[in-house]
Amino acid sequence: MIRGPLDKEGPDRLYTVTGGRSRADESRFDMVTLIVSESDPTPGMQSEHVKILRMCRRPLSVVEISSYLELPVSVVKILLCDLLDTGRITARHPHAARPGGRLPEPETLKKVLVALQNL
Amino acid sequence: MHSRISDSTVSPALPGSAGHAPLRESASNGLKIVIVGGFGVGKTTMVKSVSEIRPLSTEETMTQAGVGIDDASLVRDKTTTTVAFDFGRISLDEQMVLYLFGAPGQERFWFLWDRLFAGTLGAVVLVDTNRLADSWYALDRLEHHGTPFIVARNNFTEPRHSLEDVREALDLSPDVPMIDCDARKRDSSKAVLVALARHLYSLSTDAAGKSTAAAGKSAG
Ligand SMILES: Nc1nc2c(ncn2[C@@H]2O[C@H](COP(=O)(O)OP(=O)(O)OP(=O)(O)O)[C@@H](O)[C@H]2O)c(=O)[nH]1
Ligand SMILES: [Mg+2]
Repeated sequence: MIRGPLDKEGPDRLYTVTGGRSRADESRFDMVTLIVSESDPTPGMQSEHVKILRMCRRPLSVVEISSYLELPVSVVKILLCDLLDTGRITARHPHAARPGGRLPEPETLKKVLVALQNL
Repeated sequence: MHSRISDSTVSPALPGSAGHAPLRESASNGLKIVIVGGFGVGKTTMVKSVSEIRPLSTEETMTQAGVGIDDASLVRDKTTTTVAFDFGRISLDEQMVLYLFGAPGQERFWFLWDRLFAGTLGAVVLVDTNRLADSWYALDRLEHHGTPFIVARNNFTEPRHSLEDVREALDLSPDVPMIDCDARKRDSSKAVLVALARHLYSLSTDAAGKSTAAAGKSAG
């Protein structure tokens, strides 16, 4: 599992997609942050940005976007930073987990339990 | 059996094999559960049997150097590790969406655990009783990180031991729930998730006022 199908893309594509930027802003998104487009793609926009805006007309998680784009999660987060900074997307961050690795409120967990029981 | 959609795994959200299966408009709160366990124990099978979408896979590249190094370009950094994982999803209600991650089986992945699955509610440790030793490492890491978990025995064949025998063999505390399952079956995998959710709920109510709600094993 450590070596995956994306490896064949080689580092060049990843470098091009991100413009060689660092990982500095990645912490702005969780893997399950839900992304929603706030505008349509415009001419001349980077193709990955276009794809994200089309994909997220309804909410979609960072990790799903990563899978559909066949790009590592960290690369997708960099792409999302650009779109967030220009107001083209909004991000719905997870709000169940509490700081310090503590469990969510019992009320939230009760809802999870009941929903799973009713599946 | 050439039908593309099996009745037990049909997904109302799935428009087609090439579709991007978006969430409902009101979805706003992503939750995480991780399925861990040894190589080939049935993690991906379990994700597949309960997910509302066809299971997806992706990768994360992680640098082993400390965060905050400005020029740690992820593609040129020699210390980058690539971790592949698969996942599925269950829409719980109008807002909550539960993501299930099938963690890679290899031990070398585990040092990345806390970063990759930070904020996870809890874990299912899948075990195959013929290969119990495969799960020791996963159990050790979960206890170390204080992630709540349950143990689910995936019964490839008719079990020859009681779950209490397994508990003893794994040196599990009496408060870790254990359950038998068949990861290929939706209802059985669903029961595993219900057992984990019940455990998390009871920990959260027990822990009201305590400093940590996360210990899967009682202290001392
Ligand atoms: N008989 C039987 N076979 C199973 C069961 N669960 C999984 N399998 C089979 O076991 C094999 C491995 O299952 P996976 O779900 O891929 O296991 P995994 O834990 O994801 O494996 P890795 O990701 O490689 O560690 C597959 O061929 C499954 O069809 C089960 O409950 N009974
Ligand atoms: Mg797998």
